[in-house]
Amino acid sequence: MIKNHILGIDDLGKSGIEDILALSDHFYEVNTRRIPKVPALRGKTIALLFYEDSTRTRLSFETASKRLSADSLNFSIGSSSVKKGESLRDTIETISAMGVDAIVVRHGSSGVPWLLQRWTDAAVINAGDGSHEHPTQALLDCYTIRKNLGELDGKRITIVGDIKHSRVARSNVKAFLALGASVTLVGPKTLMPFNTEDWGVETTDKFDSVIGDSDVLYMLRMQLERQQKSFVPSLREYAKEYGLSDRRAQSMKPESLIMHPGPMNRGVEISSNIKEHPKSVVNNQVANGVIVRMSALYYLLGSGSVTKLEGLNDE
Amino acid sequence: MADSERPNTPLDRGVFHARSEIMNADGVRRALWRMSHEILEQNRGLSELVLVGLEVGGVHLARKLAENLLEIEKQNVPVGTLDVAFYRDDIGIRQVTPRNPTDMPFDLTSRIVVLVDDVLFTGRTIRAAMDAIVDFGRPAAVQLAVMIDRGHRELPIRPDYVGKNVPTRRDELVDVTENGVLLGVMKDAKL
Repeated sequence: MIKNHILGIDDLGKSGIEDILALSDHFYEVNTRRIPKVPALRGKTIALLFYEDSTRTRLSFETASKRLSADSLNFSIGSSSVKKGESLRDTIETISAMGVDAIVVRHGSSGVPWLLQRWTDAAVINAGDGSHEHPTQALLDCYTIRKNLGELDGKRITIVGDIKHSRVARSNVKAFLALGASVTLVGPKTLMPFNTEDWGVETTDKFDSVIGDSDVLYMLRMQLERQQKSFVPSLREYAKEYGLSDRRAQSMKPESLIMHPGPMNRGVEISSNIKEHPKSVVNNQVANGVIVRMSALYYLLGSGSVTKLEGLNDE
Repeated sequence: MADSERPNTPLDRGVFHARSEIMNADGVRRALWRMSHEILEQNRGLSELVLVGLEVGGVHLARKLAENLLEIEKQNVPVGTLDVAFYRDDIGIRQVTPRNPTDMPFDLTSRIVVLVDDVLFTGRTIRAAMDAIVDFGRPAAVQLAVMIDRGHRELPIRPDYVGKNVPTRRDELVDVTENGVLLGVMKDAKL
């Protein structure tokens, strides 16, 4: 089976998601070792192209590359020829000409990874494109939920906040539904995308009405950098209606999780001490980010899509 | 003999068609008893011994050897399992999918490690396993126990304990279970 890219969750489908989660159980074990490194992708080169700021995603892709013994190239926009006006296409073709096996790309415009895969032979991984998709975030969230609560099938997952601008919400909804969970989106109508009736989810603007039924409360970051006009009267009012406070956390089910993709606006979507709440798996999400990104890289570069040799036998 | 799904081989590689039986269940059981005694004799006891079964085919054999050793010496031997997929030399050439997560809850430094696998063929799995082993410590010695040595080695590797030597053709496949050992071929591969 030839797997070329991880652009969006739809490309993976249920079986692709399951394959990556299964690989993650292996890389979880690798990460518990005294030497948390395997030679699986020795000799492979992975370019990390981040046209947008990132802490977690970039560092975890870089850590994942190193733990697989691949070489990683960090491309930072600030010190590159992008500053001299080099186009995206020229940049990609230059990097490809150096012989990279995979390109991990984050870009502020939706759709860039799809465009980019036409210009390169390398495997492309979408690390977030505009407000469109962020598939590896969805995969690590699925893995975190499965590790803490078991299979996602039948779980009720509530995603709260700025759905409209959130690539995390789009990818996560697809992945959660693919694995059989039901999803409720919560937020003010101004922050709800217009086409949610096609998503296969429920929506509400009353947070308190769904807390007690949820297995997971997934709090989204208020994306202040993507909001050109004011979608909420004030952040204080938003925090009061849709922020996860101690009081709201107390009305959650006994076996349930608080999640957040980071970075947090403490005091806005989540009150300041919730990260340390016993139900919070936020740090767990970060740790699983490295594991799942190892799986994503191995899924593509270890898939044997290069050449087939004759006479290979199993034993 | 009937076709069967070979549990150790992914389904897309086809159906296992058995041509002949090399060992029956009693043969496998007796070979394991002999190998248990040989391991004991060779190492003059069990004090530093660790058995490491290679996923998938070596794990049940390692567990069986440990049971035997407990019965003979009244002493528990730790059993680890190792999936060598991430250490193979054919990653990127074909699809290399790990099967079950490695379980090695002890340090191997200064231990005598007996690698256990069902079939020794090219030796490449064992090469990968030796690379993996040193990530878990520096063993005093590494030994190799296999139920079937089928020849066709591509690396300078030899077993210390063998159930049976079987001459085979390269395209044949050996299937080892506790019910016996079958020699056959794979048919209808979907690759």
